[in-house]
Amino acid sequence: MTDLLNVKNLRIAFPSRQGPVEVVRGVSFAMGRERLGIVGESGSGKSQTGRAILGLTPPPGKATADRLEFDGTDLRQATKAQWRDIRGERISMVMQDPKFSLNPVMTIGRQLTETYRTHRKATKAEAQERGLEMLNAVQIRDPERVMNAYPHELSGGMGQRAMIAMMLVTEPELLIADEPTSALDVTVQIEVLRILDRLVSERGMGLIFISHDLRLVSSFCDRVLVMYAGQVVEEVKATELTRAKHPYTKGLFNCLPKIEGGERPLPTLQRDEAWAL
Amino acid sequence: MALLDIKDLNVTFSKGAERVHAVRGVSFAVAEGESYGIVGESGSGKSTVLRAICGLAPVTGGTIRIDGQQLADDRRPDFYRKVQMVFQDPYASLHPRHTVDKVLSEPLAIHGFSDRETRVEQALEDVGLGKGFRFRYPHQLSGGQRQRVAIARALILEPRILLLDEPTSALDASIQAEVLNLLDRIRGERGLTYVLVSHDLSVVAHMCERLMVMQHGQAVEEMTRASLQSRSATQDYTRKLLIASLGYRAAQEEQAS
Repeated sequence: MTDLLNVKNLRIAFPSRQGPVEVVRGVSFAMGRERLGIVGESGSGKSQTGRAILGLTPPPGKATADRLEFDGTDLRQATKAQWRDIRGERISMVMQDPKFSLNPVMTIGRQLTETYRTHRKATKAEAQERGLEMLNAVQIRDPERVMNAYPHELSGGMGQRAMIAMMLVTEPELLIADEPTSALDVTVQIEVLRILDRLVSERGMGLIFISHDLRLVSSFCDRVLVMYAGQVVEEVKATELTRAKHPYTKGLFNCLPKIEGGERPLPTLQRDEAWAL
Repeated sequence: MALLDIKDLNVTFSKGAERVHAVRGVSFAVAEGESYGIVGESGSGKSTVLRAICGLAPVTGGTIRIDGQQLADDRRPDFYRKVQMVFQDPYASLHPRHTVDKVLSEPLAIHGFSDRETRVEQALEDVGLGKGFRFRYPHQLSGGQRQRVAIARALILEPRILLLDEPTSALDASIQAEVLNLLDRIRGERGLTYVLVSHDLSVVAHMCERLMVMQHGQAVEEMTRASLQSRSATQDYTRKLLIASLGYRAAQEEQAS
């Protein structure tokens, strides 16, 4: 089986007065149609890794890689036309905060059908129908109202689900979800994960799930990449996270408080400079 | 006698003809030296309860007593000597153009302290930052350091009650552990009383002896730490929260069974 996505030695650098600062330093991984988690703390480069796959590194940042292949296509050499065919159609991305990533002056319906009509030769009516279907699929109770609503008229959870619907309307082969549930309440979080889970198991979609929440990722993904200071320090099977070897992964896992109670004071993470070398 | 005693608290926000009844008849009491948690999802009114105590939300019914004394509608300066608040987002709650020194000296100036210099340095020491941070601006600090400054600002007037509104939810897990340990240590040293609001059950289980679960502005259930740890909730909503906190796979299995 060929890999859906193959990344080798991905590096992302931003220029600064002291010379270029590398925020991602040689990340490599390959994935199939599975749930891959990328975990790290703020500044670890996990979000930049996700964006670079879609060629969305914000200028003046520069992303380079020895290999960046999606289903046999070399993304490094992709032309604008090729990107247009890939983005939104074959690879989609769900951003963290619906408040910032939805267009505030367009109704949800227009944003939802826009994606579909750009990529499929569909009539307005067809797109509308498909949009309603998708909103139903993400368990929005009154899809008609949501279609005509502006983003500010929806709650955070609804907005996030609407955005997921938008990204899935074209049935992409790979979904990059950057903290898709961090802004949501725990009970809604589980619902959104259920939707993503079904898409992976039923449609065979690949999913990259980027999050700072180690516990959540380990309970949801198949495999987890742990990032620290721009590098992957460890790759573990999600079920074996408690047996992780790297001191950073262990420290991150142990410093979470537990409902059942535990050590007091909480063990804190002792950072070792060698991890960042 | 309870240090903080709240009876039948109601908060209604009104704008024109629109009314939002955010807190509907909430009552609870916190003893001196106790740590009390309030848990709920966004919009449940849990933060509004804290803001109402501080005088930042329009109280439309009920009474708030501190040390047996009922609070008047407007808070007097001596109230803020007793009660201080730490807010959720350390990126928003510190003035971007004020140095740490200015942030910490301001409450001292308002309350007429004379030994400001030593108090500011002591407060920074207490939260584990040290004098070196005194003349920095918020943008020169990390999220965890900012939250420490916010805690120092709350502690500098030596209050008896600290209201904590999601004090660690904007922080990374490793930093969260450090800040929770700091809060725990300070409470032990000074015998402070905490009211901590959080959406994270494990944070509340770690920090608080008793807690209240809120939904739609009402108190659903009051629990002790022991009953939370043994997951013996009596209300459906609390059970739902407990299941969701198990993580995805466990929650799926729980639902299936």
